[in-house]
Amino acid sequence: MSERMLLLGNEAMAHGLVEAGCNVVASYPGTPASEILSGVAQWQARYRLPMHVEWAVNEKVALEIAYAASQAGLRAATAMKQVGLNVASDPFMSAAYLGVKGGFLVISADDPGPHSSQTEQDSRLMALSAKVPVLDPDSPEQARELVKIGFELSEAFEIPVMLRPTTRVCHANQDILPGPVTPSDRTAVFEKNPSRWAATPKFRHRLHLELEEKLAKIAAWEPTAPRLLNPAAPARRAIVASGVAAAHARDVLHDLGLWETLPLWQVVQPYPLHSSFVATILEQYDEILVLEETTGVMELQFADRYRVKGKRSGFVPEVGELSPELIEGLIASFAGIDAPETPAPSAEGGRRPTLCPGCPHRASFYAIKRAAPKGIFPSDIGCYTLGINLGGVDTVLCMGAAVSQAAGFYHAHKLGGVVPDIVATIGDSTFFHAGIPPLIDAVVQDARFVLVILDNATTAMTGNQPTPALGWGAGGVPTATVDMEGLVKACGVKFCKVGRPGNLSAFTDLMKEAVAFARTEGLAVVIARQPCVVDRTFKGDRPPRRKAAISDACNGCRYCTTQFECPALVYDEEEKRVVIDTLICTDCGVCIDVCPRLAIEEVGQ
Amino acid sequence: MTGQQLIISGVGGQGILFLTRILAETAIGQGMPVMTSETHGMAQRGGVVISHLKAGEFSSPLVRPGRADGLIAMKEENVAIHRHFLRPGGWIVVNAKAAPADLDGHPVHAIDADLLALELGNPQSLNLILLGFSLARLAASGNLFCTADQVIGTIERRLAEKGKLRDASLAALRLGMENAAG
Repeated sequence: MSERMLLLGNEAMAHGLVEAGCNVVASYPGTPASEILSGVAQWQARYRLPMHVEWAVNEKVALEIAYAASQAGLRAATAMKQVGLNVASDPFMSAAYLGVKGGFLVISADDPGPHSSQTEQDSRLMALSAKVPVLDPDSPEQARELVKIGFELSEAFEIPVMLRPTTRVCHANQDILPGPVTPSDRTAVFEKNPSRWAATPKFRHRLHLELEEKLAKIAAWEPTAPRLLNPAAPARRAIVASGVAAAHARDVLHDLGLWETLPLWQVVQPYPLHSSFVATILEQYDEILVLEETTGVMELQFADRYRVKGKRSGFVPEVGELSPELIEGLIASFAGIDAPETPAPSAEGGRRPTLCPGCPHRASFYAIKRAAPKGIFPSDIGCYTLGINLGGVDTVLCMGAAVSQAAGFYHAHKLGGVVPDIVATIGDSTFFHAGIPPLIDAVVQDARFVLVILDNATTAMTGNQPTPALGWGAGGVPTATVDMEGLVKACGVKFCKVGRPGNLSAFTDLMKEAVAFARTEGLAVVIARQPCVVDRTFKGDRPPRRKAAISDACNGCRYCTTQFECPALVYDEEEKRVVIDTLICTDCGVCIDVCPRLAIEEVGQ
Repeated sequence: MTGQQLIISGVGGQGILFLTRILAETAIGQGMPVMTSETHGMAQRGGVVISHLKAGEFSSPLVRPGRADGLIAMKEENVAIHRHFLRPGGWIVVNAKAAPADLDGHPVHAIDADLLALELGNPQSLNLILLGFSLARLAASGNLFCTADQVIGTIERRLAEKGKLRDASLAALRLGMENAAG
């Protein structure tokens, strides 16, 4: 491949992985990391590489699968979003002590903002906590470069290495000249060494000492040392930046006319910060400005913070993304010059996200609200979080928590003697990811609620990755399947029924039956099965189309726009009635059964 | 022109990622460095989405407020939300029945792309109708870094193996161009 091509940061990292001869990659999708694994699968197919590439059931499993390949001497990587690393933190922390054989890269994508996450947590802080070196790229191109450097670092010191891109790297596109791909000639050889690979606490103490020795050497490793980006004019002040903040700072210094006079140090390895850099930077300059996202991880490592301006000093905000306009203001203030005025938006917000027109989840939430009008509705992580717009979502905590929270609400209320209806919702992929252990717990503890598994046959929010029930994996390769109903029943659930939410009246009846069962008998599971409306990978039959039209009986009561909240139903302020936006309507026909005045009618195609 | 910064704004599902990609690949075709920044995740479900596109020598993928040369708004309401990104005199192309008023002297070009997409029987063609219109209005005067012919070349290359999609895309682009007179 010899032409510059437009690559998403995630695709660029994927290309770096195949350039580095990575043998095994496992991931669970999550914004902003999802396209890393699909990128790897794409390059694997294009270059016909003998690799194992998989969408794992969750991040913990993904990390462990990749780590075992590394223990057997192969190069391996795992990719996830930052909250996925929370799920995988158990093996991550332990693997730091045991170390690696083949290069092992943990890509954890952060989401300062946050744009599409529960938290703004900084994976670099997790790396610091685990005592794992972390690399922080400023662009898709540098992310690709650091994948390769990361493998070298990992193998040089037999240690896991974290690569920490952020949303602005993952979801930036850049013109990139991909490097050559040489298929790996490694074969797996697991060398037994129980005192290392199965270390007991006594051996763990020694491994911890070795880990500290590795870190001291890594803090002097030349290829990841801080880089001075501009001509080193004699200066009293300097900027130290990592990640995309360094890219913003570079443009801002040019625009403010400071490029020749204000030194900009880019740190690509924020932990461990190079010891000679820590020792000399504060001798070299009177004052440094530290720009990094999201926590002051570099800042923490400067022994004398008296002359450091950063997050802990209160100079740089602790919360939110470091936008280029924010950085412009900070740099101007640091340099003692006036910043150009930043124009403010003339209108805030705009329309909120909603479930797509024709989305089966909308029908599910509508039915749930009819079956349990005063219920408590724990929900989970996925598109269906948007059921909040329909009043069908009361809680969102983390992957799988809908099930455990439903059980928790049951036990808590039972203490007071009055238990409300509890209807929890969880997506199919999320159920497989983290919903099964709490379901077993709920059965064993006799927690009585309804769990609705919103089975749209895909992992929708992140771009329609497969689930374990579908029979195909990364890159479309065939896999075995797991039967969802069988799994639910094997957990001990006595009521497990399947319905199609788009068939609204029958599905509402099913929901009522499940709610009645939960009141008197025990836990009920309803599988709401209907394919995602935007999933182009879906191969089965779609439900029949029912074209709707609004008759003169519409009196503009807005019941449909507020209670059903389909974006294709629009209230026309001039006509004082609802109209259908035919540009986005999918002819699902569910709204026909929603209007209390029967003013939405089925019409011929 | 040494570099150009554009904002493309709309609502999830309108095809903003594809429009941005076509422009960025056209920049590469001209030998320009290019960076874009996209919206993924929950906002793609009908929320406000924005793409930044920077063709030329830049490090940061984001356009700062007050710096964009142009704004392509696929919804009229997005002009108010994102026009602060424009530099003084930066142009606006908007999908609207009529040009919005009071835009601080920004040159504005309006087209009812919703209507044209419905007439074409292809609601997904909205993005390329707007792009064709933008090219016809702005490329000749040097206000856009690429020409319609260059974009047509990009679409033909990119969709070479998808004949039907390529033809539909080019038809939409041309429909936008044809509606740029006046």
